[in-house]
Amino acid sequence: MQLCDLSAVEIRNHIISKQASAVEVLESCLQRIKQVDGRPGELESGPETKEDTERVHAFITLTKDAARAQAEMVDKMIASGEDPGPLAGVPATIKDVFCVKDTPSTVGSRILANFISPYTATPVARMRSAGAVLLGKVNLDEFTYGSSTESSAFQPSTRNPWNTSRVPGGSSGGSAASVAAGEAPLSLGTDTAGSIRQPAAFCGVVGLKPTYGRVSRYGLIAFGSSLDCPGPLAKNAKDAALLLRVIAGPDQRDATGANVPVPDYLELLEKEIKGKRIGLSPDYFQITFPDLETGEYVQQPVPAEIQEAVLRTADVYRSLGAEIIEDVPMPNTRYGIPVYFVISRVEAASNLHRFDGVKYGYRADSEIVDLKMLYKKSRGEGFGPQPKLRILMGMYVSAAQYSEQYYQKALQVRTLIRRDFERAFDLNGKYKLDALLTPTTPSTAFPMKDVYGDTVLMQYADQLAVPANHAGIPGVSFPGGLDADGLPIGVQLLGPDFTEGVLLQLTHAYEQATLDDEWRTLRPAVLREM
Amino acid sequence: MANSEQEISRETFNHLVELAALELEENESDYLLTELNNQISAIRELEAIDVDKGVPPASHGVPYTPDSSPQLRKDDWIACEDADAIIQQSPVVEDRFIIVPDIPHTTLE
Repeated sequence: MQLCDLSAVEIRNHIISKQASAVEVLESCLQRIKQVDGRPGELESGPETKEDTERVHAFITLTKDAARAQAEMVDKMIASGEDPGPLAGVPATIKDVFCVKDTPSTVGSRILANFISPYTATPVARMRSAGAVLLGKVNLDEFTYGSSTESSAFQPSTRNPWNTSRVPGGSSGGSAASVAAGEAPLSLGTDTAGSIRQPAAFCGVVGLKPTYGRVSRYGLIAFGSSLDCPGPLAKNAKDAALLLRVIAGPDQRDATGANVPVPDYLELLEKEIKGKRIGLSPDYFQITFPDLETGEYVQQPVPAEIQEAVLRTADVYRSLGAEIIEDVPMPNTRYGIPVYFVISRVEAASNLHRFDGVKYGYRADSEIVDLKMLYKKSRGEGFGPQPKLRILMGMYVSAAQYSEQYYQKALQVRTLIRRDFERAFDLNGKYKLDALLTPTTPSTAFPMKDVYGDTVLMQYADQLAVPANHAGIPGVSFPGGLDADGLPIGVQLLGPDFTEGVLLQLTHAYEQATLDDEWRTLRPAVLREM
Repeated sequence: MANSEQEISRETFNHLVELAALELEENESDYLLTELNNQISAIRELEAIDVDKGVPPASHGVPYTPDSSPQLRKDDWIACEDADAIIQQSPVVEDRFIIVPDIPHTTLE
């Protein structure tokens, strides 16, 4: 066990009690990055080598010098008896969708490859003020548009530390992989349709999507403005609680930030879970997707191993005194993806109009005769296929003649999805749930290149995660075992608005009750030789 | 949902591409058009849902109450800390002006 393998809470305690310095912890993380990460993602990456296929490639930009300066500052404060803050000396990675001053903020796209941000996103600024040591920016799907990180313009894209022939999930793939590989105990990601929870599930870490408005979106390069949520990826519930406490809370610069007090999530963790009501829904044990050959909808149960992991988790909760309520109807779950195909595309198209080659980012420089051509060429050359698809679809479904049929209808169905949750969580209703327990994903990590390119199938990987984004409610994914191939299985808890504390408490209780489970002794493949 | 029926025709697609201010390579167009129509097939599942006219649209999930809404701040003028850093983001700048090529002239009817 090296310093970089400790949890964030342990690292902080080591540093505060002077068992280790922040610089020593940083060096340990940098050493790990050197051992497992391989070359960082870049635009002109050349052919993929055999070595590339065996490395994690979490990073786009490693900010070693800035990190060292921050670590030295923390050590200086400790030496002079000052408190550097709740994240004192804890290394963290940042998904490259957040603007960080004087640092490339690429969003995994050619169109922002040369963009050095002049300001810092609120959650990142809060982490820094709390004493975190920021290691740099990690890879993601281009503009976060994907569920495998493969669509990044910066290649090689991230690979799964448990098996480097598999995807890490996405879009916060670099975040999840960096935590799983022990490069950093914490990462800051974003979740628009499962982009924190799905990679957390694939990489065997904890990922929390907070309630919409819980964490400021200021400085986040926007995708779906009514869906985007920044949140933590961490080794365990305690670390996620530590980071959430730091980044949550209203922000003058985000008009959608909720004015709701932030509890001490760490304190809530230790509460008993006896009497908590946890629901299971048959609608979350199957997925429904279109067969493009026949045009028919196919319903398929979630694989048995994943179902069993969720049911085992329910048994653990039952043994801890929670009440398990079965057969909770969530009938609109299956519409999450079609609704998402409409709403997210309309919002993305609107958000992507700002990239025009004029104010910042990529500008095409050949054969430009007028401004219109400058726009077209800059956007045509700067955006990859996924942003282009989202722009075109967003414009189509919101066009005057189709808006009623698609966009307005999708917004109404969104209401129905929200009502499913309101009914399940209603304190005066039939179910009175504290949380709904579900699989996070309909599969474990799939092989690289298997799904990429098929944008419909890729989107359906988010079917069990996306309803929480439509409803705005919080959700957490945590490891609930391994499948027959030794890949992590993610289990998800969804709760009422602003109940992140309860979700983390339940996650922590499960972790404590299963500490000695055999599957917990297995480490990601890239760490087994160490 | 009918597979044979391509809802977005090549003509509509070209119109969208023009509106979106995108210049595309030919092979790229084929892929994008195919994927758009595949996605539309998935979206069409919405048509089958019987939604009561009285169901309001949700532009976001979590309701904002007067208590949970962000407090309005005073309408104060706050100077940008470093305006030059913003201007310098532009790929082509001269004397604090952002330079663009000719703006096409259109006559309003």
